[in-house]
Amino acid sequence: MFQYCTDPSILSQFKWFSCYLTSGKHISFYLSFLIVISLICITAPISLFFGFCGSLASRSSFILLKYTGLLYTNIVRGIPDIVFFLFIPITIDQILEYSRHKIMCPEITESVWRGTDFLVCSAAKLPLNSDPQWIHSTYSFLLAILSFSIVFGAFASNTISGAINAVPKSQIETARSFGMTNNQVYLKIIIPQMWLYALPGLSNLWMLLIKSTPLLFLLGINDIVYWAKEIGGSKTSIFKYPHPDWRVWYFLGLLVFYLLVTKLSEIAFKKISNKINHAT
Amino acid sequence: MKKIILSIFVLIMINFPASADTIRMGTEGAYPPYNFINDDGEIDGFEKDLGDELCKRASLTCEWVINDWDSIIPNLVSGNYDTIIAGMSITSERDEVIDFTQEYIPADPSAYIALSSGNKAAYIGIVAAQTGTIQASYVASSGATLVEFATPDETIAAVRNGEADAVMADKAFLAPIVSDSNGELIFVGTDVSVGGGVGMGLRESDSSLKDTMNEAIDAMKADGSLNLLLKKWFGEDSSIF
Amino acid sequence: MSCLQTISDYGLRSLGIGERLLPKTDITICEQFVLIGSGLFWNIYFAIFALSIGFISAISIAIMKNSSNRFLSLIGKYFIFIFRGSPLFIQFFCAYEIFVLFPKIGIDLNLIFIEVTLETRWLTRAWLGALIVLYLNTTAYSAEIFYEALKSIPKADIDAANSLGLSSKSKFIKIIYPNMLRFSWPSYTNEAIFLFHATSLVFFSGFPAWGQSGDALYYANYFADKTFNPFIPYPIIAFYFILLTLVIIGLFGIINTKLNKHLPSDLKSKTRIKINFIR
Repeated sequence: MFQYCTDPSILSQFKWFSCYLTSGKHISFYLSFLIVISLICITAPISLFFGFCGSLASRSSFILLKYTGLLYTNIVRGIPDIVFFLFIPITIDQILEYSRHKIMCPEITESVWRGTDFLVCSAAKLPLNSDPQWIHSTYSFLLAILSFSIVFGAFASNTISGAINAVPKSQIETARSFGMTNNQVYLKIIIPQMWLYALPGLSNLWMLLIKSTPLLFLLGINDIVYWAKEIGGSKTSIFKYPHPDWRVWYFLGLLVFYLLVTKLSEIAFKKISNKINHAT
Repeated sequence: MKKIILSIFVLIMINFPASADTIRMGTEGAYPPYNFINDDGEIDGFEKDLGDELCKRASLTCEWVINDWDSIIPNLVSGNYDTIIAGMSITSERDEVIDFTQEYIPADPSAYIALSSGNKAAYIGIVAAQTGTIQASYVASSGATLVEFATPDETIAAVRNGEADAVMADKAFLAPIVSDSNGELIFVGTDVSVGGGVGMGLRESDSSLKDTMNEAIDAMKADGSLNLLLKKWFGEDSSIF
Repeated sequence: MSCLQTISDYGLRSLGIGERLLPKTDITICEQFVLIGSGLFWNIYFAIFALSIGFISAISIAIMKNSSNRFLSLIGKYFIFIFRGSPLFIQFFCAYEIFVLFPKIGIDLNLIFIEVTLETRWLTRAWLGALIVLYLNTTAYSAEIFYEALKSIPKADIDAANSLGLSSKSKFIKIIYPNMLRFSWPSYTNEAIFLFHATSLVFFSGFPAWGQSGDALYYANYFADKTFNPFIPYPIIAFYFILLTLVIIGLFGIINTKLNKHLPSDLKSKTRIKINFIR
């Protein structure tokens, strides 16, 4: 980064740190914060959408849809989310590759499960072996987003179901008596009203989502926890910047980062709910 | 929304023209000097040099991938990369699930290190090892109490802070740590040879890649360039071919 | 090997009792069921101790935050903010890294009848270190729940107690405490379930597994890595967790009925506990 960084072993403490904290590794560390933030921002709307689908499905009169919706809505109650995070990405990956394998390589009749291998033809690989690394990283990031969205969609589905139930029955009855159809009741009465009741629950979910992002680390994504562990660990003289075990400082840094993000979100949600309460 | 979903689906299902011969090399990036991430954030170490040279000789394009040690075999098997080049010793247990090339590092002993101020018989006390390594299974069956850590670095930290009495790992990994520690850490007990040499891990079904790599390793052994690399990264008196 | 044999070999493996080496090849479904089930011991242990000790401290923190003393109220507020505002996963990492920095000493504690040596190195073991983190975490979450309940106790109830001339101690025991508990019980049930689920994070964070004794997820992950097939161990652990979650809902439901039994039936909050995921 700086001119004087060529031989860090002779630098004064301040200069040493200025070089150390701007090394290529640290830049990757700083960039990984963006990964976490973008994960949160992308996941939130998708899981809201999933939540909508889930809660509408569980209220459907079509039995199969209803029970699928109810199962989806309730499954997160019984199983820790971390189990899902370990299970979903690999499952989705295998399903996608399996279906691509069936479509693209119909000539291979052998089973894709051979012994302990899961083998699809090379054209069915996701992403392809020849793809550049950024496609691979994007793919695993998308898998992570999908897993987070599925889990948080189920949470949101709970919240939204509750909020729909909280819309006063009298309003719905009045709307019906005006001759509104079922769809109209949903679009004109229930959904606009429901936001008011769903907001506290959804703001909690947002916090929950922020606080579960360190689990990205378990999905094999090089996120802030990965880099904090990697950079913080003690370094021998094979590295340019040898140092003892500094992980505690890096983790305390992460702690502060999360406290900051949750505090800011808290303030933002307070403003939103004040506005809504003011308007009604 | 439907359109978006549809187009994502099409994107996933569509067949991009694939230029063959790209090999993805999976490594851990946390086991210096075998493989590690240097200060520029790039993969470095003996195996990076070796892998690049092998790919050059076999005229393959190689991409490097970092993967945690504890899931490094499952991810090879499920096709996330094509080789494991991560200081992995060839053992019969691993050989049942994956295949190995011939060894590119001769069988190197494993060793124990402990605090110089501590117990001299530390290796029969509480011994730290990385999860899923040959050393971990050796310690588990040796009568000592095994403490497992996910990364090699954490095992060393455990001995430094008194958590464990000793660490067991490849001697080549421990040697620079001992020499860097100003006498704080020392080797204890006797060296043990627990596994075969280090080879490149491949899927059982990838026999053509195995042949290609074996050929390239043969060539490097024959012209002495492998020994040069070994000396460069593991020191002058490292065991060579 | 019969399944009964497996149970006697691995049933208590998570406590370090039984067969020393974990199964490595030819892993049967029975072995997976038994070992993952054996790991549940730790999940239950963490949940019971963290919740029961946390319950008492949570009430104190809630009262602190609700107090008119600004200093006490600030302490309560910041304690809750720090533990609710950051991920449990990071709390585990931080706590572990801080605990290992403690000097390794033993403190002799004289408890009249017996002398106990407390060792600081226990802090880096999951059974104590992770328990402390889980305890502080659930204390903060429950304290916030109780604090909200304290605020919603009807002023009339307290005025009535005052006019009866109750001392502040009996006012708390007779009026505030039961009402607070009654109001907060559905959310507290929710917290208990969340904490129980969170116990599965312990061995994925900084805390190492000693002698391969871990919790249910540790073994499930072990099998998924060994067999390369996630479709057996993870559904098994899901099955166990659903079962135990139902047990928690049942137990807390019984307490909820007890808390509400004095009310006329039309005022009773529904016995079916609604889970709102307020965490």
